[in-house]
Amino acid sequence: MELNDTMVEVPLHRVAHSRAGDKGNRVNLSLMPYDPALYPLLAEQVTEARVLALFAHRGATRCRRYDLPLIHAFNFIVDDALEGGVNGALNLDGHGKSHSFRLLSLAVQVPARFT
Amino acid sequence: MSDLFLVGNASGFSGDRVDAAAPVVRTLARRGLPAALFFECLAERTIALAQIEKRRDPDAGYEPMLERLLDPILADCARAGIPILGNFGAANPMAAARCVARLARRLGLPELRIGVVTGDDVSASVDLDALPVHEADAGLDMSAWTLVSANAYIGAAPLAQALGQGAQVVVAGRTSDPSLAVAPLMHHFGWAEDDWRNLAIGAACGHLLECGSQLTGGVFWDPGYKDIPDPANIGFPIAEVGSDGSLLVTKAEDTGGLVDLRSVKEQLLYELHDPSAYLTPDVVMDVSGVTMEQAGKDRVALRGVKGHARPERLKVTACYEGSWLGEGEVSVAGPNALARARATADVLLQRVRQRGLARRARADLIGVSAVHDSDDGALWRAYDGPEPPDIRIRLAVEATSRDDADQAAREVLAMLCCGTAGTSGARWRVTPRILTRSFLVPREMVPTDVTVREARLWN
Repeated sequence: MELNDTMVEVPLHRVAHSRAGDKGNRVNLSLMPYDPALYPLLAEQVTEARVLALFAHRGATRCRRYDLPLIHAFNFIVDDALEGGVNGALNLDGHGKSHSFRLLSLAVQVPARFT
Repeated sequence: MSDLFLVGNASGFSGDRVDAAAPVVRTLARRGLPAALFFECLAERTIALAQIEKRRDPDAGYEPMLERLLDPILADCARAGIPILGNFGAANPMAAARCVARLARRLGLPELRIGVVTGDDVSASVDLDALPVHEADAGLDMSAWTLVSANAYIGAAPLAQALGQGAQVVVAGRTSDPSLAVAPLMHHFGWAEDDWRNLAIGAACGHLLECGSQLTGGVFWDPGYKDIPDPANIGFPIAEVGSDGSLLVTKAEDTGGLVDLRSVKEQLLYELHDPSAYLTPDVVMDVSGVTMEQAGKDRVALRGVKGHARPERLKVTACYEGSWLGEGEVSVAGPNALARARATADVLLQRVRQRGLARRARADLIGVSAVHDSDDGALWRAYDGPEPPDIRIRLAVEATSRDDADQAAREVLAMLCCGTAGTSGARWRVTPRILTRSFLVPREMVPTDVTVREARLWN
C-alpha cells in the first residue's frame, strides 16, 4: 500500500461482488474483491462477527467464514438467517438470494485508489 | 476414445427460459466432439408439487414444460448423437417418458431410445420414522402434517447404465443435480465408481453447470459494475472435460452473457458450505485448492479439484403438506405515504390477530423494507430515511386451513373501503405450503431400475 494513499469508507459493493445461496434455513454468501490486492484487507475487516450482525434482526445464530486465498474468495455461512428458508418462511425472499446485497452494503475502509 | 467430452446444460430449474437449448445444441453439433446435454428441473419442493399434480391426474406430475423444452432440439440431438439427460421426470418419470415418446413419434423418430431411471421415490418403501432426521425446516410439527413425497438423491451410476443401454434420452426423477453431468462422463470415459479424482472433476462440472445461466451471466449482472452483453439472450453453459482430468467452462456460441473469473467464482461457491467437502452421492468434491485461469474469451479453465470417497448414505428429502400461505397486497403513494403504509400494515396485522385466522403473520412495506426485513418488521419500523413516493403493503400469513388463509389474505381487499385515504391495487392469493425434512438412508435401501426402449414402444 502506498504511504500517501488515503483511506475512504465505502460500501463493499464498490470494491467486491457476492452471490447468495441457500440450504434450508442457512444462507451462504460468497465475497470476492474485484482487485485481488484487496483480499487481505477484506479478510481483516469483513469478519464473521460483522456478517452475523447484519442478520441479527432475523435471529441468525452463527457465522462461519471459509477462506479461499488461491482464488481470492471468501465463503460465509450464516445459520438461521432465513426465517425458516424457502419452505418455512413468510418473507418474500425465502431463498435468501437478495442477501448478497445486504452483505455488499457493509462499510469497509479501503485506499482511495481502489474506488 | 476421444480426449475431450463436452457437456452442455439447457435448464437450471423448472421455470427457466424454454429457448435456451437450441444455441447449446448448435454449438455442440458444430464442435463435432462427443457430447451430452442435460436439463436440471427439480428444486427441493418441485417434486412435492408434482406429486400433488399426479394425484389429480395419473398421467401428470412431470416437468410441465417438457415438450416445449425438447421439441426444438430433440431431432438435432438424435442426428448429432448427443444424448439428453434430465430430472424432468419429477414425480412421474414413466409418464414423462411417454411424453417424450409421443414427441419423438411426431418428429418422425420412432426408433429414438428413451431410458427411464426409477427408484428415487422411497415414499412407500422406506420407513422414515425409523431413521434419524438429518435436517428439518423450522417449526415442522409432524402431528399436523401429511407426507406428500419422499425421494432419494440418486447418483450417476444408473443414469450411465441407461446410456450404456443406448438411451438417447434419459428421464429421471430425483437425482443429485451434478450427477446429471457426471453420468455421461462416467459412461464416455469408463470411470469406475470409486475413481474419486475423476468423479470429483465430473461433480465440479455438474455443480458449475447445473444452474444454467448462473455460470454465464445470470444472477451476476449488476449494471455499471458487472455488465454483460445481451442479457435477454444469455448463452447457457458448456464444459469441456478431458480424459487427463482437465476442466474448462464456456458457453453457447452467438449468445449473450459471459464466462469470466468473476462469474465462475460466484457459481463455484454457490450453495457451497465447507469448500473442502461438497457431498454428492457419487463423490465428496473438494474445491478448497482450486485455481482458475481465463483461457480465452468466455473460456475459464479450472485446476486442483480433489475428490474423496463418497458418503455411505444417500440423502432422502421428504415433503409434507399441512398448512396454507395467504398473501395480500395494497398500495399507497404520494404525500404521507409512509405514515399511511405503516398504519395499514398495523391494521392488517390487528385484523388477522383479532379474527384468529393465522398461526403466524407478517407485514412488509415494499419500497421501504421487505426482502431484508424480519417477520416483526424491525427494519421498516425503525426506518427514518426520506419518504418513498410509492409503497406496497404486503400481508403474509400461515394458516391451518385454506379458508383461514383466504380470509386473512382478503383483509387487504377490505382495505379498499376501510383503509387509509388513497389505498388501492389489492391483489391476494392462497397457496399450499410444503415443508421438508431430510434423512440419511443406507444405499441398499434405494435400489434403482433402468428401462430403455424405443419411442414406438412407449405407450
